Amino acid sequence: MKMTARFFARLTRPLNDGRVHWLVWALLGILLAVMPWIVAAGFGNTWLRVLNFALLYVMLALGLNIVVGFAGLLDMGYIAFYAVGAYLWALLASPQFGLHWPMWAILPLGAGVAGLFGVLLGAPTLKLRGDYLAIVTLGFGEIIRIFLNNLNAPINITNGPQGISAIDALHFGSVSLARPIDLGVVTIPSLVAFYYVFLFAAVTIIGIALRLERSRVGRAWAAIREDEIAAKACGINTRNVKLLAFAMGATFGGVAGGLFAGFQQFVSPESFGLLESVMVLCMVVLGGMGHIPGVIFGALLLTLLPEFFRHVAGPTQQMLFGKIYIDPESLRMLLFGLSLVLVMRYRPSGLWPSPQRQREIQDAQHVDAPAAVPVSHK
Amino acid sequence: MTAHILLSASNISKAFGGVQALKDVSITLNRGEIYGLIGPNGAGKTTLFNCLTGLYVPDSGEFIFDGAPLNSNAPDKTVCQGIARTFQNIRLFPNMTALENVMVGRHARLRSNILSDILRTPFNRREEQATEDESLQLMRYVGIAHRAHDLAKNLSYGDQRRLEIARALATHPKLLCLDEPAAGMNANETAGLRQLIEMIRADGISVLLIEHDVQLIMRLCDRVAVLDYGELICEEVPAVVQKHPRVIEAYLGSGAHA
Repeated sequence: MKMTARFFARLTRPLNDGRVHWLVWALLGILLAVMPWIVAAGFGNTWLRVLNFALLYVMLALGLNIVVGFAGLLDMGYIAFYAVGAYLWALLASPQFGLHWPMWAILPLGAGVAGLFGVLLGAPTLKLRGDYLAIVTLGFGEIIRIFLNNLNAPINITNGPQGISAIDALHFGSVSLARPIDLGVVTIPSLVAFYYVFLFAAVTIIGIALRLERSRVGRAWAAIREDEIAAKACGINTRNVKLLAFAMGATFGGVAGGLFAGFQQFVSPESFGLLESVMVLCMVVLGGMGHIPGVIFGALLLTLLPEFFRHVAGPTQQMLFGKIYIDPESLRMLLFGLSLVLVMRYRPSGLWPSPQRQREIQDAQHVDAPAAVPVSHK
Repeated sequence: MTAHILLSASNISKAFGGVQALKDVSITLNRGEIYGLIGPNGAGKTTLFNCLTGLYVPDSGEFIFDGAPLNSNAPDKTVCQGIARTFQNIRLFPNMTALENVMVGRHARLRSNILSDILRTPFNRREEQATEDESLQLMRYVGIAHRAHDLAKNLSYGDQRRLEIARALATHPKLLCLDEPAAGMNANETAGLRQLIEMIRADGISVLLIEHDVQLIMRLCDRVAVLDYGELICEEVPAVVQKHPRVIEAYLGSGAHA
């Protein structure tokens, strides 16, 4: 465990060193730019789709990280905001109501409406923490899903369990991303175009999250996470600051939802179940709660790993035993579950925790820290 | 006439179920004073603190601070009005660095909002830099600047107490309320604390002090209020309090002064 910690420290050192800084970023930028072409050529479109979904999950995980990682509020219904963003896009850009609003109008609106839902969830739960908050947020997530499932009568709004199809794809003016974009010199395949849009959105969200972390409001969130009463005594209006965390996290979810709808061109309530919320929470916790690079890593890993298992589980059995004993689909979830257990057992602070969090865990192991318990008087 | 009065509490009462924690307590605190609040365990000292700082809502009575009534049940507004506090059992943000702890104390005095935080406007940058500089300055003031980048929970007990005071000072209070700051300290640390409190007063901040260390109270305080079973039994200069029959009775039992 110490070795892996050292390995990660060495791996991330260049990022903190001013001289190599720009070089590392430039290389990373080039890598990200050519990535979709390599993936499409080397692994096929299936994996490119997976990559696009990974970027959506990065946005979701970073949004949830604001609520869970920064402010310490355990939210089990986060996927509801993703649903709100997705359905808003679906309703405003599909034959459902015959509306075809432009992207620049729907995405900000989706972010705003999701943020509003964040406040709606936050307001009644202000006095709750931990397990209690988890249960209420879980209920909230289910309520949203059930509404989407049943709002087809008496007036058909969401089209119920059938979902909404034939949604407009993401588009810039008349250029739709659903078809290859011909730029004269190169033709950008649809999936690659989506990748660039998602990458842009994800990078923007990462930038916002990084800035929020080291800011007045970021410190206030951390203070509430650490000790709410002390935070109040420091002059923090904990009600507003918590609502802000819920709203901000939900906003990220809303944007990701809108992009999702414009990518899939189909939404239905079953995409927004409890398991999805749990999955995003796993990404945050497994990656390293509160640590942005860790959360990104967690999101990428948990999107790619199950897909990897899915593709590997069948052929490996075939190769080893000559026939398939366990259905690859179940084996994939089994392996996935096992890896979650192992990570939590051996790296409880996540795969890539913040240096600070790492110190905490190490301190807890060598208990030579000073006694923090006051000696009681008399 | 009233210009020298910083805080007046009038007829504060607070009950928890059947227990009357505070009964019609009225005290006045003058500007520039170090004011002691003593009494046996369970006398209601901390309850009075909590009512004053907005963590509890008193059942009746009101606080006038610096000429304006205090909002009850709004700790953040109380801080804005100029009252800062520490806690009996230290309440730091354990997994934030010492410096960040103090920077959180600046919260109520900063103007940045979430939008300027995201956009990193020049104003925001300047304010963040100023916050950090001033927080470091405060840590130097209380004498723990060398621990600025350590996690708060890894500081020694005495340093944690000092850090909590630095965090409270960061809110720019007119009145600093310290809840048993010397609890668990040895004689050396207590002497250092006394110097610190005197320095804070010299810089124009009044201090309200709950303390069990009688020597500290007697040396430090200009006036002392004694609570017993939620009632104020006297409010006087230390020398008088020491000889007050009801105070002796409260601490040692009836018959002791006979």
